[in-house]
Amino acid sequence: MSEAARKDTAEQAEFREYCREWLDKNAPPPAPVRLPLSAIEIMTTDQLDYMQAWQKSAYDAGLVGCDYPVECGGGGRTDCQRVANEEMQRAGTPIFPNIIGLGMAAPTVFFHAQEPLKQALLPKLLSGEEIWCQGFSEPGSGSDLASVQTFAERKGDKWVINGHKVWTSLAHFATWMIILVRTDKAHKYEGLSYFVVPIKAALGKGVTVRPLIKMTAETGFNEVLFDNLEIDDSMRLDEVGKGWDVAMTTLAHERGAGKLVTPAAGGRRDANEQAGFIGGLTSLAKDSFRNGRRAIDDPVMRDRLMQMMIREQGFGLNQKRMRVPALNDHPMRIALQFKLAISELAQDASELALDLEGAASSLYLGDENAPAGGKWALSYMNSFGHTIAAGTSEVQRNILGERVLGLPKTK
Amino acid sequence: MAMPKNFGFGEEEQMLRDAARRFFEDRLPTDKLHKLVGEDPQPAKGPQCFWEPALWNEMVALGWTGLAVPERAGGIGMGCVAVAALAEEAGRAALPSPLIPTLQATYLLAACGSESADAALSRIAEGSAMTLALTNRQGAWGGAASDVRVSDGRLSGTAWYVQDAAKVEAYLVRAMDGDSEKLYLVEKGAAGVTLAGDAIVDLTRDQARLNLEQADAVELSDNAASIIAAAEPALFTILAADMCGAAEWQLQTTVEYAKVRQQFERQIGFFQAIKHPLVNFMMEIDIARSHTYNAACSIDCAEPGAAVAAHMAKSAASDMAAFGSGRSVQFHGGIGFTWECYVHIYFKRQNHNLRLMGDGPYHRDRLASITLGSEAA
Repeated sequence: MSEAARKDTAEQAEFREYCREWLDKNAPPPAPVRLPLSAIEIMTTDQLDYMQAWQKSAYDAGLVGCDYPVECGGGGRTDCQRVANEEMQRAGTPIFPNIIGLGMAAPTVFFHAQEPLKQALLPKLLSGEEIWCQGFSEPGSGSDLASVQTFAERKGDKWVINGHKVWTSLAHFATWMIILVRTDKAHKYEGLSYFVVPIKAALGKGVTVRPLIKMTAETGFNEVLFDNLEIDDSMRLDEVGKGWDVAMTTLAHERGAGKLVTPAAGGRRDANEQAGFIGGLTSLAKDSFRNGRRAIDDPVMRDRLMQMMIREQGFGLNQKRMRVPALNDHPMRIALQFKLAISELAQDASELALDLEGAASSLYLGDENAPAGGKWALSYMNSFGHTIAAGTSEVQRNILGERVLGLPKTK
Repeated sequence: MAMPKNFGFGEEEQMLRDAARRFFEDRLPTDKLHKLVGEDPQPAKGPQCFWEPALWNEMVALGWTGLAVPERAGGIGMGCVAVAALAEEAGRAALPSPLIPTLQATYLLAACGSESADAALSRIAEGSAMTLALTNRQGAWGGAASDVRVSDGRLSGTAWYVQDAAKVEAYLVRAMDGDSEKLYLVEKGAAGVTLAGDAIVDLTRDQARLNLEQADAVELSDNAASIIAAAEPALFTILAADMCGAAEWQLQTTVEYAKVRQQFERQIGFFQAIKHPLVNFMMEIDIARSHTYNAACSIDCAEPGAAVAAHMAKSAASDMAAFGSGRSVQFHGGIGFTWECYVHIYFKRQNHNLRLMGDGPYHRDRLASITLGSEAA
């Protein structure tokens, strides 16, 4: 019996068995295309089609949305998403494309929408048939999210939205957007409201999606312009003026600190990839040379590799310890570190990989001599997307200092 | 044996931990500790040994010395996870006592499996304090010859850097019999046994050279190297746990000060130059603490990865302790630099423990030998 299975409830144990059998028979074949490192880096419809087909088949099998009620398109189970995630990761499946939908929109809609809206939106969100994006950041509102200026003006049963959202991952594929808007200019926090917006249906009719080019030269995120877009009041989540509270539900789940476990499949990208950073870095160190000897025989590089291994395994052990209440004096202390720790770990791992590559670190995608096809140069640059997006590392440290340590608040 | 999801930290371990925390809060609050160890500041006072034998007797009565002693030798036979929890609380209290070396000695003796070692374990269960005398002048506790030699069953030479040497009844001595490395038990009061105290920075322990001249000794094992290798994961894990507990005290104490101290019309904890490093310290503690409980759990499950886990724990804890100790003094400002502020007691204990039995780079070097293989010449 695996370690994870030891304390399963009867329902979890039966479900785990089911997941294993299904994954044995149905784990998808290797991707015909280069898959992105994360779902927010999906560039092409070839990538999207492959990943969407995988999410749909996992959903149809009951491995996605296990803990949501049946009437919302879920599995109606209790604490089984964690089991499905463990088994999908064990099986090394590809990742899901609808990451914003699963991780942020679904719990927000579930906790704050009226029943008919939940039942209308959640099934196709969970299946991945409808991709979601998130309209939070604006050109003038990054870390200070509550300063958003995109305005929704009430006209009877309708709202008219004008404004400008940026850094919107997946907007070019998205059917729906969750959006934080201002409905009252007099109050900063209480002047915010939260909606879902059918952006694909409104393309060219009040919504414009423009791709932004990242520092990697790749596309993948966008700016979204709203010009007198009219939406129905039934698209509103929670009360008018409660948008900040709703946004906190979104952000809690984004930071891995929400009530619902996000469906997450394994991190398989291509056939040769090893699990975790340290495996790949160790292979790289064996194949790289410094000053006439293998990098893996260089004392400084050995020390850095071991530092990385200790951090990476420590991160995993923190997730294990987080579930032992007696070994946590503050219940949110480790959960709120998740996003900060994993994004900085990934950044430092990529940087170490480039150091190991040495001269070859100059080679990028499309160069036949680039180690691992230029993957580390790409992931190092992309890592800054993760330390900036969803609350910069600096904002994350404020949150930890204030909510966990109780230090005086920034706002 | 499969590793449990909760690191083996169950109800009994929690009861022990909570009882230890209450005991130290009640019997050794920080102001009392400061009176005990910091009454008389003098930079070159020579060897010192501050502790409260009455407190030690209470800990013996609570059964803590016999915590990890196997039941066959009259102990409680709890696992290393329980020992780590107790060591963590001792660190949080910056406890001056022979508890930590006695817990370490337990693992060394348990690895021997000899009758003489089991007899020593029984004494520990009854309350005898013991410590390790393995280290040579260069600071090596293995991998290099001891400075103690055996001749006709008697020991001569010096064991260096013996922890809490003045507080214990007996020493576990590593000695060379020709080329072979053996382990002996030496009694404190025996003929030919003298202690030369070291003048050290840390106020919460004493340290000495153990000088032996034709001293009586009882052989515990004729293969010290393999016994030390077997016990090392626990020796490192206990020190890592002590550092985690002390670090949490440093973090919480510094956070409280940052909420109270005002400069520029604000609590200094508002400023990100203070707030962010405190968060970094917290995150380093959490990594070290998770590694520590994982190492303890690996030892209890007799996992082949226990050595790797313990090297990771000691490395993470040592680096964390170095960083956090510096911040705890720095963020207390001028007062933090004075004798009257309590942070120096923990600063000194952490600086001692972080290098004791190897600092971060030392343990990463050994870790690399295991996981990456030896360096090519």
